[in-house]
Formats: sequence, structure tokens, C-alpha cells
Amino acid sequence: MKKVLMGNHAASWGARLSRVQMIAAYPITPQTHIVEELAEMCGDGSLKAKFLKVESEHSAMASVIAAESAGVRSFTASSSNGLALMHELLHWAAGARLPIVMVNVNRALAPGWNIWADQSDSLSQRDTGWIQFYVEDNQEVLDSVIMAYRLAEQVNLPVMICYDAFYLSHTYEPVDIPRQETVDEWLPSYEPDCFLDTKNPSAFNGLVMPSHFMEMRYKLQEAHEETLNIVDEICESFGKQFGRCYGAIETVHCEDAELVLITSSSATSPARLVVESLRDQGMKVGLMKVRMFRPFPYKFIRKVLRGKNKAVVVDRNFSWGKSGIFAAEIRDALANEKDVPDIYSFIAGLGGKSITPELLTSMVIEAAENPLPESPSVWKGMQT
Amino acid sequence: MNCNYPHEEHMTSGHLACQACGGAMIMRHCLKALGEDTVCVIPASCWTIIAGNWPYNALKIPVLHTAFETAGAASSGVKAALDIKGRNKTNVLAFAGDGGTFDIGLQSLSGATERNEDIIYVCYDNEAYMNTGIQRSSATPEGAWTTTSPESMPKQGPKKNIIQILCAHKIPYCATANVAWPDDLIRKVKKAAETRGTSFIHVFSPCPPGWKIPSEQSIEVARLAVHTKVFPLYEVFNGEEYHINIEPKNLPVENYLKLQGRFAHLNVEEIKKIQNRVDYEWKVLLQRSMMESFQLVM
Repeated sequence: MKKVLMGNHAASWGARLSRVQMIAAYPITPQTHIVEELAEMCGDGSLKAKFLKVESEHSAMASVIAAESAGVRSFTASSSNGLALMHELLHWAAGARLPIVMVNVNRALAPGWNIWADQSDSLSQRDTGWIQFYVEDNQEVLDSVIMAYRLAEQVNLPVMICYDAFYLSHTYEPVDIPRQETVDEWLPSYEPDCFLDTKNPSAFNGLVMPSHFMEMRYKLQEAHEETLNIVDEICESFGKQFGRCYGAIETVHCEDAELVLITSSSATSPARLVVESLRDQGMKVGLMKVRMFRPFPYKFIRKVLRGKNKAVVVDRNFSWGKSGIFAAEIRDALANEKDVPDIYSFIAGLGGKSITPELLTSMVIEAAENPLPESPSVWKGMQT
Repeated sequence: MNCNYPHEEHMTSGHLACQACGGAMIMRHCLKALGEDTVCVIPASCWTIIAGNWPYNALKIPVLHTAFETAGAASSGVKAALDIKGRNKTNVLAFAGDGGTFDIGLQSLSGATERNEDIIYVCYDNEAYMNTGIQRSSATPEGAWTTTSPESMPKQGPKKNIIQILCAHKIPYCATANVAWPDDLIRKVKKAAETRGTSFIHVFSPCPPGWKIPSEQSIEVARLAVHTKVFPLYEVFNGEEYHINIEPKNLPVENYLKLQGRFAHLNVEEIKKIQNRVDYEWKVLLQRSMMESFQLVM
């Protein structure tokens, strides 16, 4: 069934089709429509779930962690300052190895107050142990939520699906809503091996001495490595069932490209136009969309970039005192590798500024004309 | 001791509590009242340690250790999960200290109570952050020494009245209890389990190292807290209907204070001030318990 949905409602549908059993959430612009729609679905009985309307994002994550520990499939959604308030418990969810799925609508962090697109919120949560995906359109939002549960429950890690405020959250696009039976065939119900069980009582998340703590953290990293091994398998299996396929990364015209433009989230859509247009003008340009950010898909990215001259990385985020965050990660992925491109890092679109085809074209031209990157990151599109 | 006292134990020996710890005794009594069909949620507190380090568990029921400020939210989450699984008879016990209840966990407790979550919240109140080494909390009584309220500047201002805060939520059932009256404590925990919606039990919990008392005086100090009216035992229905459960012997507060090293620096004037406040609060409690409760006119 095709419907015209805003990105936020696509997320709600993803949760509904995944048959989530428990939802806890606190409102924050631009996330609110996700939970409003889920409240409607719970109210009219089309989704059989408990919905806790908690008093903060911190409590939302705390109660979702508790419900998941008790063995039910749980969901939450947040954004910006709300996600920042959850920070302590994001570590908790990953450390407790709970396959929670949450949606984060990427929005700038205050001050000044700004409700518009900016990836700084979720990228600040980089080291919490969550798997992170950055998605491009509303269909991908819906599909990614369903895929996230399958992946999360296979590796026992929480997954965060991130997309840009307003460019996706409030923008309507035609979205194919799969049939419930089709989803049920692909996503089995959640049956964890261990949970808070009065028949088999045990303690969860208690005190761990130095003798075992590091070993437990090593297992968390092993789960991330396992994620890299199985992510394509899950994506292919999803493709077979639903006819749409998404990998850790996506490439366009990269085979013969000399320069690769690298984007994430909604900035990928204008980048597709730019690459086609520059190709028409005879420039050997390719596009790489980085969809999975944690675990970082090192081997996928190395394979694409080996032998290229230049890579242009567009970041709608910034690590203060350093550079764009995707750029830094890609530089790191290429360290100690031979025959790899120079990285040209550009910062654009912070706090909701548009990343237009013209802006992206100017980045590619600037990189093509300069023999070496002039600074760790160049800020583009600001008022002069 | 009441002959109905349950003999079954749901807490093992070999736990890591200090000698004569009120918190350990309170947990034991609570689990006797609730039985094995109970899930316990423990935020950061002395009980994080008492329960034992991985892979040990001093409780024979499932335990969810959770972040300091989340007892209300985490127990709500466990309850929601049990409900959706059709396990709505299983008790959910949040077991938190005074820091996790009066201070950092107050927001999440207020949220859970306002939603009227069907949970039993027990606060074992040892009147300071004991697990981190005796720092003052908003449950520390006026004039008490702690490591962050030294004798040169002891705790200023009265202890926060947590029961009044919960009554303002129109909580279906809340009560005070004391480890020196285990039968009264067990009755109240059972009452909480029977109550639909949120119930809260504020339990007086002596801490020998934190209060500078010998461990053999733990129960004696607890008993004196009631008989000097420092910590009256009462219950409140729907935030309005007060019942006082134990008639105090009306002893002077000095009898209670002088046993404890944390009050050793107090002079006669300061003790008199504490006595005056205790007398005033007792009068307020008497008035509340004599008031008629709000009746809904149908």
C-alpha cells in the first residue's frame, strides 16, 4: 500500500509494523509527530503496545531499558537536547546489551535555540555503543526501523535511526507500507534468552569488579564487529522480502571516479543531482553515501576509495577544535593504507541551512582545483 | 512478634551489608511480605553493593540494577512489560535510598506517581549518601553532622517531607515504617501490594557507621525515633486520610540524639530548637489525622 507520509509518520509505521510492545517517549520538536501517531495507533488498537508518557527523555530511556530487560520489544524517539539528556542511559542500554531501537531526528543543540537540521546531537553519542544509521528519505526511514530490530536482536545491540529535521521529519513523500504479514514473515517476535524472570531469577547490571569488566566491554566490541559481518546479509535478505535494498554504504558511479563526493542523510539527494550533472560535463565524479556510522564501515569505505585521487566529505556537524566528524572518521579509515585519496572536508548546513546542489558543486570544484586540502575543514555557505 | 511473621527467606546470607544495616533488614522484611513473584528495581545506593557483585545475587528474585535517578521510571518500564505479557499479578518493587528518592530520583518518582503506575516504591532512608561516604542529602535532619556538613557547619534547615510531596500527588497509599516494627512494616508492604496504583513506603533505616552508633544500638535508635516523635509511624490513603499507627511514648528528643555521634556537637539551645520543631510537626500530624477526608459527591 502506498501512502504519502511525512518522515516522522514513516518512523511510526516502522515501529507499528515491527509490532513494538512498549513505547516510552517525551515530546521534543521535531520528533513529536512520531509519538503522536503511535499514541493514535495504540488508542485505536491497531498497535497493541503499552505507551508510557513519561516526564523526561531520561525517564523514557530508563523505562525502555527496563521493559526491554523484562523481555519486550521497545521503542522510543527523540532529538537534540532530549537525546543529550539520555546520554547516561545510552551507555546503559548498550552496556546491558539490549536491542532497543530508537529514532533520532537530527536537530541542532542549544544555545541559541535552534530546531533545525544538524547532526551534532547523535554524533555526540558516537561512543555510547549504539549502532547508528543515517538515512536519506522517508521510505528508508520506515524500512530502516524494521531492519534495525532484526539487526539489533541478532547482535544484542541498540540501534539509532537518524534523519534530518524538517528535510525529512516534516516533508511528505510517497512511501510503500509493506503488508503486516510480509513483515511478520521477515521479523520474528522477540524471544530473548534471558530477561527478568521470576521463574529463573537473576540480577541484571549489577556491580562488576575489575576482574571481569574489561572482558564484558570486549564482548560489546565483538558484537560491533559481528554487526559489520552481517549487515549486508540482513540488507540483502530485506531486499529479497521487500524489493528494496540498503547497505552500510551506497555508491553511485564510483568504479571509474577520480573524485568521490561523500555524504550522509538528506544531503545525499542533492548530491545525486550534482554527480550526474558534473558527469555530463565530463568530470569523473562518484558519490558515496555513508549510511552506517557505528560500527564504522572501514572495510567497505577502503574498498571504494582505494586508488581514488580525492574525496570530498560533506559534514552537517562539527567536532570542536578538530574537523567534520565523518571526515575525521574517513581519514582514520584510510590511515596506514596505500594509494588512498586526499580528504577535502567541508562543513555545511549547520542549524538547518540548506545544502544546495550549487553549494555541493562549489565544494567539488574547489577540491578539484586545489592540489591539497587547505585546512582540516572548510566552512561553506555562510553569510559574509 | 506477630505470629503471622512469614518464615520464608528471599534474601540469602553472605550479602555485603554492614553489621546492623537497616537497609538490609528492610529488604528482608519487604521480600517476606511480597514473596517470590516479585521483580526488584534497585537504583545506585548501598544496595548496589549489598546485593553482591557479578555473578552473585543475594536476592532470590530477579533484580534490575538501574541508574541513580531512575527507580520510578525503570519500575514503570518493568511493570509495562509485565502487563503486556499478561503477568499483571507480579509485584514490582522499587527499592531506593534517600538520595535516590528525595534528591536525584524525585523527578522520576513524581512522574511514576502522577501516572499512578502500579508499583511499590520503598525508600530506605538512612538520612545521607552513605554508600559514597556519608554526604548530606535533603533527607539529612537539621543539625546533623555529615562529611559535607561538618561540625563547623552542620546540616541547615529541616529534612524534606517526602510524604507530603507524595500526598500532593494524591497517591493511593503511602506510609512511614520503621525497621524496629517489622510486623507493621510487613503489614504496610502487603497493603501496598494490594493497592492498585502507586504506593510508597518511607522506612526509617539506621546506619551505624554513618550515624556513629554501635551496631547493637541500631534497633534501639530506630525505636527511639518513634517514641520521641522524630519519625512517627502513620499511613495516608489517597493523599488525604491519615492514620497514626503507633502511639509514641513522648520521650524527649535528647534521648534519641545523645546516642548518636552525628549529633554529639549539638548544644542545649540547638537540641531545644529540634524539640520545638518535633513538637510542632507532631501537632500538624495530629490535626491532619483528625481531618475529614474529601468525599466525592456522586
